Amino acid sequence: MKIKAIALNTFKEAIRDRILYLLLFFAAVCIIFSRILALLTVGDRVKIIIDVDLASLSLFGALIAILLGTGLVYKEIDKKTIYTLLSKPIHRYQFLLGKFLGLVLTLFIMLLLMSIIFLAVVFLHTFKIEWSIFITIFFIFIELCLITAVAILFSCFSTPILSSIFSLSFYLIGHFSWGLETLIEKIRPGIGKIMAQIFYIFLPNLENFNFKTEIVHHLPIPSNIFLLSTLYGIAYTIFILLLAMLVFRKRDFI
Amino acid sequence: MATALKIEDLHKSFSTGFIPKKKKILKGISLAVEEGEIFGYLGPNGAGKTTTIKCILGLIFPKKGKIEIFGHSSYSLQAKEQIGYLPENPYFYDYLTASEFLRFYSQLSLMKKKDKEDKISSLLSLVSLEQSASLPLRKFSRGMLQRIGLAQALLNEPSLVLLDEPLGGLDPLGRKEIRDIIVKLKAEGKTVFLSSHILQDIEMICDRVAIIVNGQIVSQGTLQDLISEKILFTEILLSGVEEKEVEDLGECISTHTERLLLKVFEDEKIEKVLQLVQSKKGKIHSLIPRTETLEDLFVGIVKQQ
Ligand SMILES: Nc1ncnc2c1ncn2[C@@H]1O[C@H](COP(=O)(O)OP(=O)(O)OP(=O)(O)O)[C@@H](O)[C@H]1O
Ligand SMILES: [Mg+2]
Repeated sequence: MKIKAIALNTFKEAIRDRILYLLLFFAAVCIIFSRILALLTVGDRVKIIIDVDLASLSLFGALIAILLGTGLVYKEIDKKTIYTLLSKPIHRYQFLLGKFLGLVLTLFIMLLLMSIIFLAVVFLHTFKIEWSIFITIFFIFIELCLITAVAILFSCFSTPILSSIFSLSFYLIGHFSWGLETLIEKIRPGIGKIMAQIFYIFLPNLENFNFKTEIVHHLPIPSNIFLLSTLYGIAYTIFILLLAMLVFRKRDFI
Repeated sequence: MATALKIEDLHKSFSTGFIPKKKKILKGISLAVEEGEIFGYLGPNGAGKTTTIKCILGLIFPKKGKIEIFGHSSYSLQAKEQIGYLPENPYFYDYLTASEFLRFYSQLSLMKKKDKEDKISSLLSLVSLEQSASLPLRKFSRGMLQRIGLAQALLNEPSLVLLDEPLGGLDPLGRKEIRDIIVKLKAEGKTVFLSSHILQDIEMICDRVAIIVNGQIVSQGTLQDLISEKILFTEILLSGVEEKEVEDLGECISTHTERLLLKVFEDEKIEKVLQLVQSKKGKIHSLIPRTETLEDLFVGIVKQQ
């Protein structure tokens, strides 16, 4: 109940942010641009549209999550609205969870709107609705939840600019960390290899949520991978949120 | 009568600068506020009033010390359910209207849905903001923000109200309004803890005060105990008499007009002054006995430090 109130207020605050509309505008430009691009190419036009659009959904979604997420908690501290909020009978973790859910709600609605435009564009080409696209979008959403949690974690102890840089690094590392796997295979067995493997496990692997190729090329997705990726996303998000609560619990608000 | 707020040996320091250097802000604050009284927390700028209140609310964590609210640890929800807080220079979500804002905050305390709307409208009328109920807070003046801040502090029917400089930045009329509300809270049986450096206001409404200077409480007690009611001297404003004639009766203060301000220290001399003025066909404009004020006490203590 209390968390819901904070989440709804966060949502109200987020949809007033100009950054949100700027990024939404760019995402829309990309979706329209993909159509022009498709006209200029030979081959499967629909594949190009789907490919470019899904990539822009994921990228702009992540940017929104990072730029809004790092500002939200910081703003409350900076403008001192958190003083009266935390003097109410709520726990600090409830505040953080409310902020997180409010932003997740914003991202959900934004993703829904963009998906509708996107499906409409695809429909104009194929005259059928590509339901499988929703699977990809579902995983984009899970990835965005994780990135939101990361942005909130960083904003618990640093300024918006620094936390944006940190969160962006998280995003980039998350998408390229799979490259380490081949590297680790080349290390000689021993303590070094084990250390590298442990390190690798804790690094985020956001490619787990990337099903674009499979969808574009109509490849089958094994259902256990499906389930594992979902669980991975949820577990990682909870882990990051717990970390954020831990940082937030003993913080002085001055 | 129960103790509403009990602070024991509170220490807090901040580290500042690039190379952190510890600066002691609170150096062992102890005080107890009894249920049903208005307690004034008095001190010059930078003494540590706001820091103490933030410790009570759990916004910052003290290095050492214990804080209890009606017997509960100040960190517990039971304690927080019983307090209302108005920060200094309050600032709130500026995109919400006054009633939206109160509705949002009312959801954070345990209250029945039906009661909420009644409570919100009664609070808006208490702080006389009914007219501005649907105005966004960004359009509020300083005094209006102070009043909506007071309204949010009273949302959950708190038994202990913590007010940080509630009269700061208000005009005399606004000050009177807030003062009246505070007195009304006391009449309802609530305990009020307020910080201020505006002495007249504290003097007018507080039952007991504590004076904090440099992170330490230097004086604490009821106003009667702290201020003697003995008449220190009498100020007489008179005209039609030469300065030389009254010189040995008291101390002449201002002579820039034809009027004369005379500070008389002994009672018999007052009679003599009156007789003298009468015989010279002069005029008495005013005669004011001066007792010690909180201000005298305050200035004295601060100077001592
Ligand atoms: N975040 C901070 N970092 C370092 N020092 C601080 C911080 N906040 C406050 N201080 C210092 O703590 C001291 C007490 O500050 P505090 O705000 O409690 O004073 P105050 O009694 O409320 O004063 P005022 O009447 O001006 O509101 C001041 O000397 C101030 O410089
Ligand atoms: Mg202060």
